[in-house]
Amino acid sequence: MGVNDPIAFSKNETGLVTTRMDEVVKWGRKNSLWPLPFGTACCAIEFMGVVASKFDISRFGAELVRFSPRQSDLLLVAGTINYKLAPILKRIYDQMCEPKYVISMGACACSGGFYDNYATVQGIDQIIPVDVFIPGCPPRPEGILDAVIKLQERIDREPAPRRGVERRHEITDRMVDPEK
Amino acid sequence: MSERQGGNTALLDAVRAKFSGTVETLDEYGDIVLVSPVATMHDLLAWLRNEQGFDLLLDIAGVDCLELDDAAERFELEYILYGVSSGRRVRVRVHIPETNLDVPTLTDLWQSANWAEREAYEMFGFHFVGHPCLTRLLTHHEFVGHPLRKDYPVMGGQWCSTSSDLTDELNEDQRGAPR
Repeated sequence: MGVNDPIAFSKNETGLVTTRMDEVVKWGRKNSLWPLPFGTACCAIEFMGVVASKFDISRFGAELVRFSPRQSDLLLVAGTINYKLAPILKRIYDQMCEPKYVISMGACACSGGFYDNYATVQGIDQIIPVDVFIPGCPPRPEGILDAVIKLQERIDREPAPRRGVERRHEITDRMVDPEK
Repeated sequence: MSERQGGNTALLDAVRAKFSGTVETLDEYGDIVLVSPVATMHDLLAWLRNEQGFDLLLDIAGVDCLELDDAAERFELEYILYGVSSGRRVRVRVHIPETNLDVPTLTDLWQSANWAEREAYEMFGFHFVGHPCLTRLLTHHEFVGHPLRKDYPVMGGQWCSTSSDLTDELNEDQRGAPR
């Protein structure tokens, strides 16, 4: 846990760290994004460079590339999406477990790029919600790292993940008072 | 080069001898173009394959001549052949009227005609008579219309609701007749 981490840690002499549960969950989420690369074009080649040692996306905790939507929480759409592929992309997004995030990488995924024609979807935000858009054809590896950092900041900003906690409270409340 | 030109002359003589009056011969950019009516195109292509050594069908290209004043008919089909041993090429051009889009299939001669004809069908709407599986190849199964026709809107994308099961492509009866 870094010294400059925004989580407000207080450390006492016993060696125990006290913090809030929400902050720990958010901290874990943002630093262990498991990407699912949905690579359909040259942008996917650029993503390989980001994962490799020179740019090394593992410095941001996102190096564990998964090829199953069940095991990943970051959908990285890298490449041209045509109308024939659109229902497949939608289905893969639906198969991912919450919380899930989407990065749209490159001109084609963001807007169709120069494929302004009958075959190409003009932006994947018409199919699935997108958290971060990366411009470029293809983007520089630094652009992808910048997108991961932007997404981490967003995860840090977003409301604390209360759903599970509240459910557990409801259950315990009912256990105390069955009439409630 | 001279050897190839000599081969071209021999081919032109053979075409004129066998298909005199029906097949027109042109020279475009050093390649021979044979303009054939629809009725004789299958005989011509089979003859080129079996007796003239053009054993490879490289591509089938469709052309929409809408609003071209000097066009004979609205559509054209170009069959591009290559002889592996001779290194020669020949093109066969067929004019297709808009009122009758029936064209005989070449899947009985070349297996590569299968997907090439499917692409020409979905992009231009030609009806290849005798094709084993004349369905869309590149566009999705819910697509309506033929996108490479000049009167189709360039940006006329169509949403697809479900992905199709591509295992049908592997069925033996849809692969086309073997050579």
